[in-house]
Amino acid sequence: MTEGLLSAIYIFVLASFAGFSVITKVPQLLHTPLMSGSNAISGIAVVGAILVGGRLEGQLQTILGLVAIALATVNVVGGYLVTDRMLEMFKKKPGEKK
Amino acid sequence: MKAFTDVFIPLAYMVAAAFFIIGLQWLSSPKRARQGNVLSAVGMLIAVIATVLLEEIVDYTMIGVGLAIGALAGIVVARKVKMTAMPQMVGILNGFGGAASALVAIAEYFRYSSATMPSIDTSITIMLTTIIGAVTFSGSVVAAGKLQEVISGRPILFPLQQLVNLLFFLASVGIGAYLVISFGDPWLFLIMTTVALVLGVLFAIPVGGADMPVVICLLNSLSGIAGALAGFVVSNNALIISGALVGASGLILTQIMCVAMNRSIANVLFSGFGAHVQSSGAAVAGKAVKPIQAEEAAISLAYARLVIIVPGYGMAVAQAQHAVRQLADELDKRGVDVRFAVHPVAGRMPGHMNVLLAEANVPYEKLYEMEQINDEFSRADVALIIGANDVVNPAARHDVGSPIYGMPILNADHAKQVIVNKRSMNPGFAGIENELFYNDNTSMLFGSAQDAIAKVTKAIKEL
Repeated sequence: MTEGLLSAIYIFVLASFAGFSVITKVPQLLHTPLMSGSNAISGIAVVGAILVGGRLEGQLQTILGLVAIALATVNVVGGYLVTDRMLEMFKKKPGEKK
Repeated sequence: MKAFTDVFIPLAYMVAAAFFIIGLQWLSSPKRARQGNVLSAVGMLIAVIATVLLEEIVDYTMIGVGLAIGALAGIVVARKVKMTAMPQMVGILNGFGGAASALVAIAEYFRYSSATMPSIDTSITIMLTTIIGAVTFSGSVVAAGKLQEVISGRPILFPLQQLVNLLFFLASVGIGAYLVISFGDPWLFLIMTTVALVLGVLFAIPVGGADMPVVICLLNSLSGIAGALAGFVVSNNALIISGALVGASGLILTQIMCVAMNRSIANVLFSGFGAHVQSSGAAVAGKAVKPIQAEEAAISLAYARLVIIVPGYGMAVAQAQHAVRQLADELDKRGVDVRFAVHPVAGRMPGHMNVLLAEANVPYEKLYEMEQINDEFSRADVALIIGANDVVNPAARHDVGSPIYGMPILNADHAKQVIVNKRSMNPGFAGIENELFYNDNTSMLFGSAQDAIAKVTKAIKEL
């Protein structure tokens, strides 16, 4: 095992713990926005996609990269916007509704 | 310039990761949640900009085209999607995330050949990312199809299903392991990818519609794990951290859903729950239900002190959340204390019912979680059940033979009077008779939720 892999595993494990402790505090009320919001975060794959698509290594990489960028971006943009739409509904105060 | 980007870019990723974590933290209260989401989005923007600035990135056209197509599609879906369709939307987005991670790994695979083999840990992560990403993609597409009812929502079962699933699982892992050692042969790699895609389909088809929340959560978690693994492949910490966060989030939600149904994850995934209509119903044999008219129901509700409304997925299907909110407002005007009791598995994804009620402008202070409200039912004059069934079935408490035995339920039967709105006497999704409907203090308000509730509201106004 290389040192790079080891430190990557370190980061993965520590980030998982951070995730567990933060997310257990989210109330049931907001679980759907939590899912769509974390979903948007998983669109971070766009970073990987840019890496493989932007290096100009070969036609195949460029095409696969392009598709991956587009898919991950739908995930990111769609995820954040729809989460915002939902959270806006939760933010309304009872007095404002009528 | 190079020295600058060497420091700047990793720092930018760190800031992005911090923003994601703070954003998730702010989701713990509805007041700050929206800002948290914005912060998280800003983090993402920083990560994307930092990546584009990397020295090795030379081709901006393709990146621009990809981002533009994705952003446009994202904006359109996010605007158009109905709140009832959120589970499908989240499902399909999970699939896209998984697919993107798999494609990253596939592109990396084809950079190498047997002559220029990558290090062993790179090839392990390439295989894992491809398999998990592909399973996430096809599983999510099937799950979304089921929720959208393009594919039958009932569990699809066939003989030796679990054996077949196991074989496909072993095949994909086996080929993956072989490829780690030998690397070459792109055909074998494509076969592995195909096997993983089929595995995703096999994994999702036996699960019934009511169990979909669990599958959606699990796929959410997998999409995160696939992202983290893709981070291992391209050695990018931003991906690893974000993927881990999402993986953790999905796992926690999966766990919460399973606890709320008193079932293990294995039971949800492999049992085909609800495929056969079971009739435990011994307790209800020979009993008849009592129908109630809208006018009578209106009197009970209008003169109550505390009314607890139990909404279920049936309410969402009937698009009755606005009618229900009008009823609640009308009761509120008369000084009735109206509360909503939301079971953790109400709806088709965690927290789905809360979103639907928030969309109908029900203030979130009126929405109560099961633990908060279960003791209040005995004080309630009326429990009004709209399109919910299994989550209020007392058989879960005492009928050891019932498939839902042990599942935590809302104590609606403890209320002085129970009014159940239902279209007909068909059993609920799990196909189980509900004793509650036959209790002496229960009356049935038949009719589609929207009509029936609107009639009750009208009757209350006329009182």
